Amino acid sequence: MVSKPHGNKLINRVVVGRRRDHLLEEAKELPRIEISETLAADTINIAHGVYSPLEGFMTQEDYIHVLHDMRLSNDIPWTIPIILDVNPEDIVDIKEGDDITLTHNNKPIAIMKIEEIYGWDKNEYCKQVFKATDPTHPGVTKTMGRKELLIGGPIDLLNDIYEPFEKYRLWPIETRVLFEAKRWRTIAGFQTRNVPHLGHEYVQKAALTFVDGLFINPLVGWKKRGDFKDEVIARAYEVLIQHYFPKDSIVFSVLRMEMRYAGPREAVFHAIVRKNFGCTHFIVGRDHAGVGNFYKPYEAWEIFKEFPDLGITPLFIRESFYCKKCGGFVNEKICPHSDENRIRISGTKLRRFILRKEKPPEYMVRPEVFEVILSFDNPFIE
Amino acid sequence: MFEDEFKKDSDVRRGKYTTVSIPITLYNRIKELIKDTGFTSVSQFVTYILREVIASMEREKLESSMISEEEKKRIIEKLRKLGYI
Repeated sequence: MVSKPHGNKLINRVVVGRRRDHLLEEAKELPRIEISETLAADTINIAHGVYSPLEGFMTQEDYIHVLHDMRLSNDIPWTIPIILDVNPEDIVDIKEGDDITLTHNNKPIAIMKIEEIYGWDKNEYCKQVFKATDPTHPGVTKTMGRKELLIGGPIDLLNDIYEPFEKYRLWPIETRVLFEAKRWRTIAGFQTRNVPHLGHEYVQKAALTFVDGLFINPLVGWKKRGDFKDEVIARAYEVLIQHYFPKDSIVFSVLRMEMRYAGPREAVFHAIVRKNFGCTHFIVGRDHAGVGNFYKPYEAWEIFKEFPDLGITPLFIRESFYCKKCGGFVNEKICPHSDENRIRISGTKLRRFILRKEKPPEYMVRPEVFEVILSFDNPFIE
Repeated sequence: MFEDEFKKDSDVRRGKYTTVSIPITLYNRIKELIKDTGFTSVSQFVTYILREVIASMEREKLESSMISEEEKKRIIEKLRKLGYI
C-alpha cells in the first residue's frame, strides 16, 4: 500500500469552479506581492500537497521549531523551513489578518491570508540549515541575499505557473492513484539533479530489486551554476528509461522545486516530499544534496536515526564504482579488490568528457544518454 | 492516579519540554537497557519510542482511501492520456 501522506493529511488548496471565479475577482482588489519563480513553485507545491501537511508559508512558531528541533510545532518531522520573504517596503500597507494576492510575472497565483509578519536571523538560518555560514556554499549566498521579513499564513491557489515539462508533471494525488493502478505496494523514490550515469543506474536498479516500483523524480527549477539544465536531465532520462528499464517498473515525473544544497536536512525533506507522492522507501546515496566538502559523505544517513516517526523507509545505498576485476558496478561492501581496480564515476569526470565532446567509456554513461547531452550546445546552467 | 492527571492535562501545554510520570522500576529498567547505546538519557529513549508508536497508531486510524471514485476516474483518464497507464 502507498505511504500515508505526511501528517496523515494530503493537502489540497487548489481553488476550482465558481469559488475560483469569485476569488479571482477578489484578488484584483487585494494588495499584491510579486514573488519569484522559486516561491511561486513553493506556493503551487503547497497547494497540491507536495509539502503536506503545510497549508501555507510557515508562521514563526513552526519556523523556530523547524530551525532548532527539525519538527513542526505539532511535533511532525520537518527539516527545511518553507518561508516567504518580503521587503518591509512591500508590506507598508499590509497588516496581520489581511488577505493579499501573490503574483508571478504580474499574474495572480494565490491568495494568502497573512497570519504573521516576523523578522528572521539569516545567519542563524544558515548555521542551522546548512551547518555553514561560508559564502562559498550556494545555499548560504542565496539565503543572505533574501529579503528582511517573513510572512506566514495559508494560501489558496488560483493559477499554476507555466510548466515546460507539463507532460512529466504529476501531483501527489495523481501518483498515488497511479501506483495503486499499477498495484505497487512498495515504491522507492529517487531524487536527482543530474543526468544519469552508470553509477546512478546501479543505485536505482539495486533499489528496484527490492521494491515493486521506482519513482524517478528529478528536480527542475533553481540550481547552481554548472549543474545540468532541466531539459537535458529530462531528455537523458527519457532515453535511459526507453532503453534500459522495464517500463512497468518505472514512473518518471519532474518536480519544480529549488535545490537547497542543505545535505542531511535536505535528505530528510526530500524523503518527506516523496512520501507525499506515495513512496514507501527513499534512496539516500553518498553525499545526498551535498555540495563541495560541506558535509561528510554519509552524514545524510545519520540524520534519519532522529526520526523514528518519519513514515518512509530510507534505503541507504553505498557509492558504486566500476571494478575492473569484478567486471561491473559494485560497491565497497561486495567488492574485495584493491583501489587500483576501482574506477569511480563522478559528475565532474563526466563533465570533462562533455566539454571535450569526447566519447566516455561505456561503463561511465550509456551512449544514448551521452548523445542526448551532446545534442545541446551548452548542457550546463551558466 | 492516571485519571486525575488526564483531567489536569486537558489543556495544551506550551514551551519546549514537559514532565510525565513513569514508574521508577520502569525508569531503572530503561536506564539499564540503554547503556552503551546511542541514547544518552531515559527521556531521549522514551521520546524516541513514543514518537515511533504514536506515528504508527495515527497511520492506522487514517481511512484507507481519501480519494473519491469520481476523482479517481478523472485522474486515471489523465494518466492514460499522458501515457502513464
